[in-house]
Amino acid sequence: MTSLPEASAKKLGLVIDLDTCVGCHACATSCKEWNSNGYSAPLTDDDAHGGDPHGTWLNRVHSYEVGDGAESRTVNFPRSCLHCETPACVTVCPTGASYKRASDGIVLVNPDTCIGCKLCSWACPYGAREYDHGDGTMKKCTLCVDRIYNETMAPEDRVPACVRACPTGARHFGDLGDPQSAVSILVAERAGFDLLPEFGYNPVNKYLPPRARKDREVTPRAIEAPLRAGPGSNADRFFAWVDKALSR
Amino acid sequence: MHPAYSVIVFTTASGAGYGLLIWLSAGVALGLVPRTPALGFTGLGIALSLVTLGLLSSTLHLGRPERAWRAFSQWRSSWLSREGVAAVATYLPAGALGLGWVFGETMPGQVTTAAWLAIAGSLVTLWCTGKIYSSLTTIRAWNQPLVPPVYIALALGTGGLLACALLPMFGADARWAAAASVVSLVVGWVLKRRYWTAIDSAARTHTAEAATGLGHLGTVRPLDPPHTQPNYVMREMGYQVARRHALKLRKVAVGLLFLMPLALLIWLLAPLPAFAQLTLAIAAVLSGVIGVLVERWLFFAEAEHVVVVYYRGGAA
Ligand code: SF4
Ligand code: SF4
Repeated sequence: MTSLPEASAKKLGLVIDLDTCVGCHACATSCKEWNSNGYSAPLTDDDAHGGDPHGTWLNRVHSYEVGDGAESRTVNFPRSCLHCETPACVTVCPTGASYKRASDGIVLVNPDTCIGCKLCSWACPYGAREYDHGDGTMKKCTLCVDRIYNETMAPEDRVPACVRACPTGARHFGDLGDPQSAVSILVAERAGFDLLPEFGYNPVNKYLPPRARKDREVTPRAIEAPLRAGPGSNADRFFAWVDKALSR
Repeated sequence: MHPAYSVIVFTTASGAGYGLLIWLSAGVALGLVPRTPALGFTGLGIALSLVTLGLLSSTLHLGRPERAWRAFSQWRSSWLSREGVAAVATYLPAGALGLGWVFGETMPGQVTTAAWLAIAGSLVTLWCTGKIYSSLTTIRAWNQPLVPPVYIALALGTGGLLACALLPMFGADARWAAAASVVSLVVGWVLKRRYWTAIDSAARTHTAEAATGLGHLGTVRPLDPPHTQPNYVMREMGYQVARRHALKLRKVAVGLLFLMPLALLIWLLAPLPAFAQLTLAIAAVLSGVIGVLVERWLFFAEAEHVVVVYYRGGAA
């Protein structure tokens, strides 16, 4: 049913820290890997080995330059479904394939009933839905619904693949409907925000802003030792050799 | 937005079909057309064939056409679903009208009632088609109140042109159809001009700064793209025709869809041999239909989806 359920008490979602994200794309690649085999399988690619390789991914990492001159900085920006509370991607669906779960707020596409009309992707302001040409259906982030409740997995693995893969801990998973949850506290402490709130979709996922720069106060230290010292100790020479060998 | 050719063909063909259905039904209900079975059979046959052709063409746009029947289920929330339900429902009175017209009325008033219901069903279907687009807040050029009225006016215009070509073939008077077409086309022209003014002057309020929430740090400019080749989102939502081309195509659309048919309709009022009248009317239909195709293509190609700000920065 594509009418929206009553607001769910449980609101599972992600909190993405734009301060810590280094833009390594580990979340995107692990997402692609997990979802090529799980709920979203197949997650097909077009022309994978040709001149125009592209395919269906559920998570994309942009890198932006923000601000000007000495104040400018790079901000890496992962973008995926925000599991909105009142999203039009669900209500526009003519078949009922697109739905929001009343139990935990996850927004899913039923792969067995989607007709691939693409209307839901038009209705999403966040570009979170990607049509799978190989499968003829719409694909989107499932919040790894096939991991988070999976009792055959170790407890620490029962989080979305992107959260598990992130090497910098920039992605947090939890219940944003519970004000006492770790993610809710994090959002409160770090002033987490919504993307494009003016659309009124009420995203569950939150983003944490980059922290204020500290390098203005720090006086640059003079470089104490020349970078390439002459032949130092045997140990130095050994490490120099290792470094050279490894970088070949 | 990438012009979806099957959708463009669908809305053009079924629009003209519903327009013709509306005018023939009105002709019957108001006693403007003779109740000759041949006219009923051919006229309603053409109208319903165009509608059906359009609906079939729209399923080509689907990834899983064999599941298309599922689209009738979500009429409570989805305009696309409502359009499907209304389209199928309209076949019933249209069919009843056809039976009554071709085989003779069995109940008094049956044909008139069916005609009014067919008109209502067609208008509701066209309205739903417009609402599919105008309800999308993500696409400024579509999220305009004028979109459904333009769809209806252009359907009435092209359907009226079809009626002008059809009626004389059965020796029926087509002057009322010509008048109806003139009014529809003029109204369509005025609405479309207003629509173009509205989308040209609409403020671009959705910025990359708001989309990323980073505006407090300064302007947001794409540095490294998330992928090396365009993905579905960029191919589908990132398509945009150059402004220069769009303005040229608007002129082409106005010429073919409004000016040319209107000129031909005026010419039709002159006393002409039947063959010349038919030729003029068919020329008007062709011009109008090609004009609608250009107008529909532009409707997609000029529309910008808000998601583009993630990829190119700026505002949408
Ligand atoms: S981010 Fe897009 S796809 Fe996900 S729930 Fe919101 S509107 Fe729907
Ligand atoms: S593409 Fe599938 S999920 Fe999306 S609106 Fe169409 S039927 Fe629903």
